[in-house]
Amino acid sequence: MVIDDKDKEIIDNEEESIIDDEEPVEKVPKGKPSSAPRKKVSRKAPPPKANPLVEVKGRLNWFFSSYLGIIFTGAFIGVIATFLQKEGNPGNMGFCIACFERDIAGALGLHNAAPVQYMRPEIIGIILGSLVASMIFGEWRSRGGSAPMIRFVLGFFAMMGALVFLGCPWRAFLRLAGGDWNAILGILGLFSGVLVGAIFIRMGFNMGRSQKQYPHVGLMLPLVMLSFLIMMVYYPTAGDARVIRESAAGPGAAHAALGVSLAAGLMVGFFAQRTRFCTIGGMRDTILIRDYYLLIGVIALVVSAFLTNYFVYDQWNPGWEDQPLAHSEGLWNFSGMLLAGLAFVLAGGCPGRQVILSGEGDSDAATFVIGMIAAGAFAHNFQTVSAPAFLGGVNVWGPNVVGLGLIVCVIIGLTMREKY
Amino acid sequence: MVDELDVRGLSCPQPLYKVEKEMKKLKKGEFVVLSDCGTSRANILRLAKQKGWDAEETSEDRCDFVITLTKE
Repeated sequence: MVIDDKDKEIIDNEEESIIDDEEPVEKVPKGKPSSAPRKKVSRKAPPPKANPLVEVKGRLNWFFSSYLGIIFTGAFIGVIATFLQKEGNPGNMGFCIACFERDIAGALGLHNAAPVQYMRPEIIGIILGSLVASMIFGEWRSRGGSAPMIRFVLGFFAMMGALVFLGCPWRAFLRLAGGDWNAILGILGLFSGVLVGAIFIRMGFNMGRSQKQYPHVGLMLPLVMLSFLIMMVYYPTAGDARVIRESAAGPGAAHAALGVSLAAGLMVGFFAQRTRFCTIGGMRDTILIRDYYLLIGVIALVVSAFLTNYFVYDQWNPGWEDQPLAHSEGLWNFSGMLLAGLAFVLAGGCPGRQVILSGEGDSDAATFVIGMIAAGAFAHNFQTVSAPAFLGGVNVWGPNVVGLGLIVCVIIGLTMREKY
Repeated sequence: MVDELDVRGLSCPQPLYKVEKEMKKLKKGEFVVLSDCGTSRANILRLAKQKGWDAEETSEDRCDFVITLTKE
């Protein structure tokens, strides 16, 4: 594009600031100085570099932003998840961001449900993998300040809903790929929640802009997770008990070896950061703008997990009853995920995506993750979490928290909006 | 007259949604999108390709992207 002298003068005269939090949408006609300050940018293309490393990065960038990249990432998550189940993770739970964050809450002693306490290295790996990927490719950027408290609340209720269903969106698809038909109702609920959220977005829902922050802010959650990993390895004790708790029996005791889980998490975090893999985004973009890029990744996950379950690991077990860590109360499978889907779409992505964004320096996403971990503790302390079918299924308080969460999310979605 | 659409600091799917709205509104012509994250940059470039708009990146200052979208 051609820039005349007048434009250059305007650009040069503008203050060197990035922040624009007065107006959610700043649209100014060219030729008039913007009322809000904006960052001074040079509109010259960077000079071409002959560095072979840059060339490799360029090729990787091309791959990861192509349809091949998202299919590869979805398929990779599907295969590695079923592999983790074979290596010891609970049934249909190679990856479950919600369950794993709940286990982390237990490992920290935030709840006392002994069977679900384990510092899941997959979560730590995903955050650190995303951190590494975003730093290598120059995308790491400390940012935050877009309604953090609301994000905490959305994370909280998303987790509450997911724990009534018993799984995050990733696990919903993994359950489907393992033959658990109850997941169909969960996925329908999820889709309905995304649909409601998409309507709110069309009506102008917007939580405001995030702003550039000191690097410390964006590094905080990755560093906290790294310290948890170190505490896991070095076993500090308080009296006779280990500071980081670990279940002796139950789902928390079912896990792959630390190194395997961590490596799986690191790779998934790396690939998903590069391709922006997001289950909620897949549904949302399909509804809102007919963009199927992310949805193709989700389909690749389900297909690859099914094929590996069926042909490689013999983990295919179709049916409604006797499914691992699941119950068959359809209404609450649907409603729990309806709440989760709505909260996820309002917050901008599925829990996996929120964990990845936390690694990229997004402290709003980190706040969402902390909200989910807090809810993991609350769900057990206040008995809103569902139990597997053989232990009674949906808890008496589960429906109440789903109702409350839906009211809160609908109010947030309807009231936090800009006018078009 | 070229419009400028500032999507910096907005979370998904706002950047993509706003660009798509702008494309629908203008139907053809030229507008400039200011973005500050790789995710929305990649999304906008993909959307432009889908909808038949030419996308030209006129600047890259670390994580700040300026994308000019044109359609004849």
